[in-house]
Amino acid sequence: MAEPQRIRHGSSLGQPITRRDGVLKVTGQARYAADNHPPGLLHAVLATSRIARGRVASLDVAAARAHPGVVAVMTPENRPPLAMDPDDKSVPFSFKLDLLQNDRVRYPGQPIAVVIAETLEAATEGAALLAPRYEAEPASVSLDDAEPFVPPMIGVGDPAEAHHGDVDAGLAAAAQRIDATYETPTQFHNAMEPHGVVASWDGDRLSLDMPTQGLAMTQMRLAALFGIPAEGIHIRSPFIGGGFGSKLLSGPQALGILAARLVGRPVKLVLTRAQMYGPVSHRAPTRQRLRLGTAEDGALTALDHHVRAATSRFDDFIEPSASISHTLYAAPAIATRTEAVRLDAGTPGFMRAPGEASGSIALESAIDEMAAACGMDPLAFRLRNYAEVEPVSGKPFSSKALRECYAEGAARFGWDGRPLAPRQMRDEQGLLVGWGMGTATFPAMMFHGEARAVIRRDGTGLVETGAHDMGQGAWTALAQIAADSLGLNLAQLEFRSGSSDLPNAGLAGGSTHTATAGGAVHAAGTQAIARLTEVAVADPRSPLFGAGNVGVVARDGRLVRWDDESRSESFADILGRAGLPEIEARGSAAGDAAAMEHYAMHAHGAVFAEVKVDPELGQIRATRLVGAFAAGRIINPRLVRSQYYGGMIWGVSFALHEGAVLDPRTGRVMNADLAEYHVPVNADVPSVEAILVEEEDPHVNALGIKGVGEIGITGTAGAVANAVWHATGVRVRRFPIAIEQLIGGKEA
Amino acid sequence: MNRFDYIRPGTVAEAVSAAAVPGSAYLAAGTNLLDLMKIGVARPERLVDLNYLPGLDAIEALPDGGVRIGARVRNADLAQDPGFRRRFPAVAEALLSGASGQLRNMATVGGNLLQRTRCPYFQDTASACNRRAPGSGCDARGGENRLHAVLGWSEACIATHPSDFCVPLVALGAVVEIAGPAGPREVPLADFHLLPGATPERESVLAPGELVTALRLPAEAAGFAAHARYVKLRERTSYAFAVVSAAAALRIEDGRIAAARLALGGVAAKPWRAEAAEAALVGAAPDAAAFQQAAEIALAEARPSGDNAFKIELARRIARRALRLAAAGTPERLPALPASPFAPLSGGLHG
Repeated sequence: MAEPQRIRHGSSLGQPITRRDGVLKVTGQARYAADNHPPGLLHAVLATSRIARGRVASLDVAAARAHPGVVAVMTPENRPPLAMDPDDKSVPFSFKLDLLQNDRVRYPGQPIAVVIAETLEAATEGAALLAPRYEAEPASVSLDDAEPFVPPMIGVGDPAEAHHGDVDAGLAAAAQRIDATYETPTQFHNAMEPHGVVASWDGDRLSLDMPTQGLAMTQMRLAALFGIPAEGIHIRSPFIGGGFGSKLLSGPQALGILAARLVGRPVKLVLTRAQMYGPVSHRAPTRQRLRLGTAEDGALTALDHHVRAATSRFDDFIEPSASISHTLYAAPAIATRTEAVRLDAGTPGFMRAPGEASGSIALESAIDEMAAACGMDPLAFRLRNYAEVEPVSGKPFSSKALRECYAEGAARFGWDGRPLAPRQMRDEQGLLVGWGMGTATFPAMMFHGEARAVIRRDGTGLVETGAHDMGQGAWTALAQIAADSLGLNLAQLEFRSGSSDLPNAGLAGGSTHTATAGGAVHAAGTQAIARLTEVAVADPRSPLFGAGNVGVVARDGRLVRWDDESRSESFADILGRAGLPEIEARGSAAGDAAAMEHYAMHAHGAVFAEVKVDPELGQIRATRLVGAFAAGRIINPRLVRSQYYGGMIWGVSFALHEGAVLDPRTGRVMNADLAEYHVPVNADVPSVEAILVEEEDPHVNALGIKGVGEIGITGTAGAVANAVWHATGVRVRRFPIAIEQLIGGKEA
Repeated sequence: MNRFDYIRPGTVAEAVSAAAVPGSAYLAAGTNLLDLMKIGVARPERLVDLNYLPGLDAIEALPDGGVRIGARVRNADLAQDPGFRRRFPAVAEALLSGASGQLRNMATVGGNLLQRTRCPYFQDTASACNRRAPGSGCDARGGENRLHAVLGWSEACIATHPSDFCVPLVALGAVVEIAGPAGPREVPLADFHLLPGATPERESVLAPGELVTALRLPAEAAGFAAHARYVKLRERTSYAFAVVSAAAALRIEDGRIAAARLALGGVAAKPWRAEAAEAALVGAAPDAAAFQQAAEIALAEARPSGDNAFKIELARRIARRALRLAAAGTPERLPALPASPFAPLSGGLHG
């Protein structure tokens, strides 16, 4: 497949470099948080609640303490004091934490005690011996169990309602209408690496090995919780085994730190897989009603998207599923409204494309239903309703190559010739074949990030930023940006990251990290080159004397006159003659407020899916996926493609596999392990292709990067669901699609 | 995990006498037992580790044409044994459709027979479960039970047996060889697992200390090799337990079914042999009508135990599918996705 055209000779940017830490990872040498065993280490294990709501009436602490090897049992009785109420949310993006503040139980799986022992086995058995007794109260488990309310805000600060035009009038005037309700399940975080921490205290200084997507933010929250200076907290997070939005500070990690405080020795706490289904946030279940209307020609006259999402009884995170309807399709009237219900569950939170993923499967299904009602091809229908400006805000897009995504994706997939009616295609085995599509989109955002760059006496470079590599390849992509900004090749560059004592690189979330940390790295590097240039051009002995800043470019460890390549000098020579040991510069990056005010900024894509369905048995497999995405500048096409694959596979999971099964009486998760909580295996995704569509965005940020971490899941889930309809003629509106929904007593 | 004694016997006799002490459990691969110990469902006081016993690890051709499979033979080794898979292809297909490659490399034949149900209420010590804690009740009733039993269940327990391997074995008349404090004995696999009735905690006929030493397939079972299949319906393509499954084996002579075997998986607390359906097939032409009738008979007694009525219809369909595939003939090579409906079908679905 052709790589993007903008690869500059001699540049790292745009090159499909393999992960620089890949060999470390596949040979087991990459040291993850739980791989650390400082001297004197004790092991902590959580005891978690088996009820959804009520209080812990008793714990057999004596039995646990008596177990050989157990050193201490931490309960609300003896938990060390905190400087801040764990329910205080004054730190941004933080959630209320369950840190044994009292005996209340507010969800199943809530930590209720911590057992600390010389071995993991002793701590595990100690936790079992606590044999808690509860006073249980009736629990609200499903979206119908509690009164809905309109929250003051959804997501991270959006209004719960938005209007543009007159939806009622638009629906009334429509020639065709659909009114359909979709349900999405609770999904739990199942990163390969469960949440954990290795914590050591030295007086008021705290040393942590802990995976985190937000080093600086975690440091700030911990400083406030423990009442200690942030500078005294050192967090090392060199490798993260997947984050997906769950790895900001979690309650269990803070409990590990408290346990270390209690016993005065280093403590390791790592969640079991089952304990991931409670205190580390999840994707909230939703019910979404979509009402769409079209004129005779297939133009949308109205789009109404109403969401009911669950949050916890004690904290707020409202899945912003309807936001996607604000940007994707042109309609003269669009209304979205979100209501929430409080359930006795852990607080939901960020999970890869929070809001966009659940909203997209509903919206893309509804668009498919509307296209069918109009008798139109789903791609033609989407083109008919292509948004030239962002419909609700009215802003122009900073860039939008969605048309090209549709065209390239459709061509690669072979969309032409798709029969309009469902249930028209079979393969040579007699399996039903269906083709479906969905539009992908995700906002292009940025946080504030900082970095430091140094050009050393020997001509090599050092770039530092407290960024986060969750497996996406940040160490590689950011180093590529750093190398280019300094005019060095990767071998001449030392890149340091993943530690809280480095400049704050913001948060690895919201598909912002390459733009934010990369922007900061770029700024620091180019600033260092600017300083070096000042030294060179002011020195009469330099071949660059008098060239001026703008007339010099950094390349291959040399400064070169732009207009005369024969005049150049190496970094080492410049520094050596000036008698400077090094040149240092800092740089930062943040979103451009004026640009954001003026433009709507989003990445886009088009996903095409083929499924095969056994007509007798209802078994479904997504046999082929093609996604074409435009996300501004691509730093490393190999890593970006990998991000798209991962997102698209999650889309298959969303449509066909993944969902928590809750006991309807207790609210407990009954499939809290990877044998029963299904995500796709390799054989479920036999063919996945991602096309990188050229897109240049002069407005989004200095590097033109939009972010690729989350968009792949959007569009894909709906494409798969739509393909199932096209194969079978059965429209399933509850996800994941289950066999019994397809066979319904007769052949699918 | 509780503290336990660990014993490493050197002979079967030592193993049996060590395990006769109440509270003992045999440890083979541990692919199921260790998981259950970690979550507190199994809390044995003593583990008798079979991994260092000599013997019990051979696949032996018997003089009468049958085969004896040692209880410690690994699932993957048995499935890949060329002689075994040629003669008992449906068994190999079932083995390769179970668990994952990593688990099959560890899991043993004896352990597979004795794996515990995947009922989530059995696996959750905070739930009532008569199988795990006799007399405590059954939270699966009225709970999450879409994958539970539709045959042979009782008010006390609606769990299913999860094995794929046992389904063709029971169809082909396998026999379990057992060593025990009272000496050796053997039990047909069809009688080995117990339906729950009022005592779901009794899962097999094994008495305390008794050890499965081998499985035997009779010579007659190899007579089905030309027409034997296992088909498994699951919600992802690998590493998932069966929603329903079926093993079918036919002997076809002169265009008529001379002998038939049919068993279902995922429908009951034991691998479910459908003998009445087998009898109805004998003498019939191997066609859709006969298979439909056999499927109806096989599920005649089925009734939902909860939110799982769809499984009854699915079980009929998978029985039909397995019979049709068996009639079409065992493929030369095992499909790349063993037992999957997505494996290529000779002649197609409507052939």
